[in-house]
Amino acid sequence: MVIQEKLSTEPKMRTRDVSIFYGDKKAVDSVSIDIPTEFVTAFIGPSGCGKSTFLRALNRMNDTIASARVDGRIELDGEDIYHSSMDVVQLRARVGMVFQKPNPFPKSIFENVAYGPRIHGLAEGRTELQEIVEKSLRRAGLWEEVKDRLEESGTALSGGQQQRLCIARAIAVQPEVILMDEPCSALDPIATAKIEELIDELRGRYAIVIVTHSMQQAARVSQRTAFFHLGRMVEYGHTSDIFTNPTEERTKDYITGRYG
Amino acid sequence: MAEHTVKAFDDDITRLRGLIAEMGGIAELAIAEAMQALLSGDEELGKAVVERDQKLDALESEVDAMAVRTLALRAPMADDLREIIAALKIAGVLERIGDYAKNIAKRVGKIEGRNRFEPLTLLPAMNEVAAEMVHDVLTAFAARDPVLAREVIERDAKVDAFYDSIFRNFVSYMVENPSTISSAAQLLFVARNIERIGDHATNVAEMVHFAALGTYPPDRN
Repeated sequence: MVIQEKLSTEPKMRTRDVSIFYGDKKAVDSVSIDIPTEFVTAFIGPSGCGKSTFLRALNRMNDTIASARVDGRIELDGEDIYHSSMDVVQLRARVGMVFQKPNPFPKSIFENVAYGPRIHGLAEGRTELQEIVEKSLRRAGLWEEVKDRLEESGTALSGGQQQRLCIARAIAVQPEVILMDEPCSALDPIATAKIEELIDELRGRYAIVIVTHSMQQAARVSQRTAFFHLGRMVEYGHTSDIFTNPTEERTKDYITGRYG
Repeated sequence: MAEHTVKAFDDDITRLRGLIAEMGGIAELAIAEAMQALLSGDEELGKAVVERDQKLDALESEVDAMAVRTLALRAPMADDLREIIAALKIAGVLERIGDYAKNIAKRVGKIEGRNRFEPLTLLPAMNEVAAEMVHDVLTAFAARDPVLAREVIERDAKVDAFYDSIFRNFVSYMVENPSTISSAAQLLFVARNIERIGDHATNVAEMVHFAALGTYPPDRN
């Protein structure tokens, strides 16, 4: 199944016939999808359907798993990200990742955000670094809550604040794509709402892909949804269509709670 | 359809469908009995129809509460969501149909010289078409049958044609028999009510189509 849709701009990322193996086991089977900047794309599906594996392949996070192998083509701005000339550190700055469990560094709030820009040489001097930190924290909706305690440890923040700190950290290196792997599953409803609001504000500026187990969350934050099942992308389309009138029986059974 | 992993969700939907069926049964009976009362001048029966309408109002409230509860607790998706939205709207429409039947029943005592009053004889056939539409559209809802729903929609043209012809008939009758104008005008309202019942059965049919397929019938106007 190849998805093509008329977009006003070229898709930021594009995958073609991507299969991912763990040893002999095929975890993802021939997935082709375009990921544009103008929409938030949600990946949904039952546990073990391959959606997180596929998400991680988009910034080569699977490289660290020795048995993992990726077939097919994944492009960022038309460039093959698995090509030998691709600088993986650079790639991960361009394609940021926010994880299920907030994972701030055991350093100050300021350092958490400043670390990336510093190692990537994005700031000249302290003032510019401070500007980047403030801008990133503002964009992540955290600035007002932490501006007077930037030197406190990032791990001292609440879970929801930590997750927004991680988003600020991802934003600080000026990514083009932000991948989110169940970013709210460890958060309470208010913290979840803040992240969702943030996703909405970031939409259009970054290509955002979110993996979520909450169907309602996918319906709320995304404009395009892909349903994965047994390693395959079963259905992809407008989020409103997927949740009100899916084409595939398997999608319907899953989203209406009849799966399994 | 396969069962939900959460059994209580199936129970909720079954209960909701049951309430709609119950409302439909009452609305159908009201349409038939209102006409029967009108034709025979049975004011007691007319009163019974009017009183029974409260039951429809109560059932509609129950459907509302049930649907809201299900939306809040189960956050339904896809066909479940459509079905609950459809049930919510259908309940509102059935309540309106009940009101039209009630309106007809209220006019029972206002028709004079019933036995030799020609316009009266034109109404039962029209009423029957509308009543059948209501009956069949509820069958379509129960069976989730979009084909039957579309058939019902097509039948509305027949009710409209009846209305036009009855309207012309009544007007010429009134011109010739000015002393009957008061009664004939009452019957014009009855015809109008039946015509509206047909329209509302059409609305239900559109919701049945929507619940089943996620789209409205193509010729929706």
